[in-house]
Amino acid sequence: MSTPAVSAGAAGPAGVPPAKPRKSVLGTKPGVVVLFLLPALIMLGALVVYPIGYSVWRSLYDETGDGFVGLGNYGDVFTDDATFTALKNTAIWVAIAPALVTGLGLIFAVLTERVRWQTAFKLIIFMPMAISMLAAGIIFRLVYEADPDQGVANAVVVGVHDTFVESTAYPKASAPNWSDMEGPRAKGPYTTKSTVSAGEPALLPLVGLPPDKVPGDPGPAKAAEAAGDKITGTVWLDFQKGGGGEKGVVDGKESALPGVKVEAVKDGEVVASATTGDDGTFALPKEADGAQLRLPASNFGAAYNGLDWLGPSLVTPAVIGAYAWMWAGFAMVLIAAGLAGVDRNLLEAARVDGANEWQVFRRVTVPLLAPVLVVVFVTLMINVMKIFDLVYIIAPEPVQDDANVLALQLYLVAFGPRADYGLGSAIAIVLFILVLPVMIINIRRLRKEGPR
Amino acid sequence: MSESSAASEFSGPTEPKAPAEAKAGPVTAPSADGTGGRPRPSLAARIASRSGGGVLRVFLILMALLWLTPTLGLLASSFRDPGEMTESGWWTVFTEPSQFTSELYSTLLGNDTITDALVNTIWITVPSTVLVVVFGAMAGYAFAWMDFKGRDWWFVAVVGLLVVPIQIALIPLARLFGDIGVFGSIVGPILFHVGFGLPFAVFLLRNFFAEIPRELLEAARLDGAGEVRLFFTVVMPLAGPALASLAIFQFLWVWNDLLVALIFTDTSSQPLTVALTRETRAFSQNIETLAPGAFLSLVIPLAVFFAFQRQFVSGVMAGAVK
Repeated sequence: MSTPAVSAGAAGPAGVPPAKPRKSVLGTKPGVVVLFLLPALIMLGALVVYPIGYSVWRSLYDETGDGFVGLGNYGDVFTDDATFTALKNTAIWVAIAPALVTGLGLIFAVLTERVRWQTAFKLIIFMPMAISMLAAGIIFRLVYEADPDQGVANAVVVGVHDTFVESTAYPKASAPNWSDMEGPRAKGPYTTKSTVSAGEPALLPLVGLPPDKVPGDPGPAKAAEAAGDKITGTVWLDFQKGGGGEKGVVDGKESALPGVKVEAVKDGEVVASATTGDDGTFALPKEADGAQLRLPASNFGAAYNGLDWLGPSLVTPAVIGAYAWMWAGFAMVLIAAGLAGVDRNLLEAARVDGANEWQVFRRVTVPLLAPVLVVVFVTLMINVMKIFDLVYIIAPEPVQDDANVLALQLYLVAFGPRADYGLGSAIAIVLFILVLPVMIINIRRLRKEGPR
Repeated sequence: MSESSAASEFSGPTEPKAPAEAKAGPVTAPSADGTGGRPRPSLAARIASRSGGGVLRVFLILMALLWLTPTLGLLASSFRDPGEMTESGWWTVFTEPSQFTSELYSTLLGNDTITDALVNTIWITVPSTVLVVVFGAMAGYAFAWMDFKGRDWWFVAVVGLLVVPIQIALIPLARLFGDIGVFGSIVGPILFHVGFGLPFAVFLLRNFFAEIPRELLEAARLDGAGEVRLFFTVVMPLAGPALASLAIFQFLWVWNDLLVALIFTDTSSQPLTVALTRETRAFSQNIETLAPGAFLSLVIPLAVFFAFQRQFVSGVMAGAVK
């Protein structure tokens, strides 16, 4: 138990110190043995062993417990839609989460060996292990809030997106009814009633957007000048704060609307297109002569709002992300303890032989750590099979079916409106069978290391 | 970092945790920092690995920030003006400190549902922890130092129960607790957590007790101590660290439990986790309760974590299999 803080754990969940042959110090009286053992054995018998037996028996009966259905409930695990979805999702969890978390733990454990503030780093990573899955669930509901003004995940996604893809949409802008343009009241597209010709700059005013809410704060719009046989024009916000200005005229104070796409349309076909510049002007080639101008709906679409983290398709990866946040510290600490026991001479020998750091890691460190990695991986696998709270809290009710896992489905089936103890017991037994191999491994290891 | 090469960074943790054999190794220390007459890495390789160290540090700092941000978000949200919640992100509290207020906490602590639930959490957690430690220690001692027929088989059977999923007992114990009339009270979760806490307790303490030197026990016996006195005056005091690890693990396990309490308690006996879960169904509307409530529920475990790091880590590590 003399483990340095956060840098080493116990030998592992299944580690048993070799027991020495021991004999009672006193010739123990049977009464004393019973006194010491009875409380624990009664509790274990009534609260753990008896339920296993009861569940096996109960799983063979229907929901009311009156009709014997044999293995019917186990068939339902695969044929009942919601339960089968839960089974599939649990399989996805088992396939992804333990490997992801073990990988993160390995990376952190190996990389922090090189830095001086490793203790602080390990504390930070390990901290989520202390809190409840409920608290973690609430924390991640906040992280995954859809509105980029509230959820930090979408704030980051939108920030990155808008850095690389210029946001040019003006969702609130529309063509005023006194202008030359026709279209729906909002969202476009807007098409000019008349056709354009070279030498006559087109004026495409838009309204509906407060001047101080124009993204990117562009400068004032400039009236386009005629340019040979090109078609020119201006798209601008025909509105000044505090009034003033004349409708349909670029007066030099009104805001330009850069990045608006302008299409020239002849007989319903786009013959040319351009995008407005920083001063709101655009220029189309001469093919556009005689065409109508159109501002397509893409100019008026909603701004990019990030990902739908808690929607049906992303909810499981999102919850797995929250799980990795919680458990990476566990993997890291166990692996770091294993790493501390690795003989440095072997690593050094490999380096002297000319191996680079990656080769040392891949060919020496990882194989030496294999036993620890297996323990971590198996522990996580058992844990993931029983995952309940995180999914229950993070997945909003409408997508609960999409995010469902076995342990949650057991709860919903048995303690929800269905109140089906038969199917619930069958799911419990399936979970039990899934961890049975680990139980057998634990027992065998103990028998091998134990006395005789 | 300029005084040390990348090689010594790799093998030179600041804590004295290198294993004994590595310390005793004849060439480890000198060769690790490249001054021991072994072939030094080429200059290029050293520059490469040093700049790699810079990248590494940046990466680790980013990771640490990534791990801190979610909790920070909850903390910041819980200290914000509720009116601002739907207006702007919690991160704006750092640039506009005027949003800072403890209003949500005073509302929360004036909310009887929440304060009652907090009291219930304590009433469930403390007995579960004490009973598991006491029963586990007694059985662990019996398995370690008493002679009786089939002792090792009994112990193996108990260890086999370590990985039994709690889900298997939900339905049977709902029936059983209903029959004996404790369904919907705090007795249900207490019994449940004692039952499922015991395999790990017995396993951990039996292994710890087995390490106690035999001479110590024999000396006490020669002084005339009986088995019961031996247990209380010699064994239990020695087992302090193991009992602390176990108690911390069990305490956190019960404190953080949701599933068991969700099934076996009703609205008058529900712990904090269940009370908050009921609020999550309408998450956005209830964020004013959920943010400070979640923080209230995690501040105790965090305090335990920082106060008892060592016991915490060994307890959680050994018990994670649950």
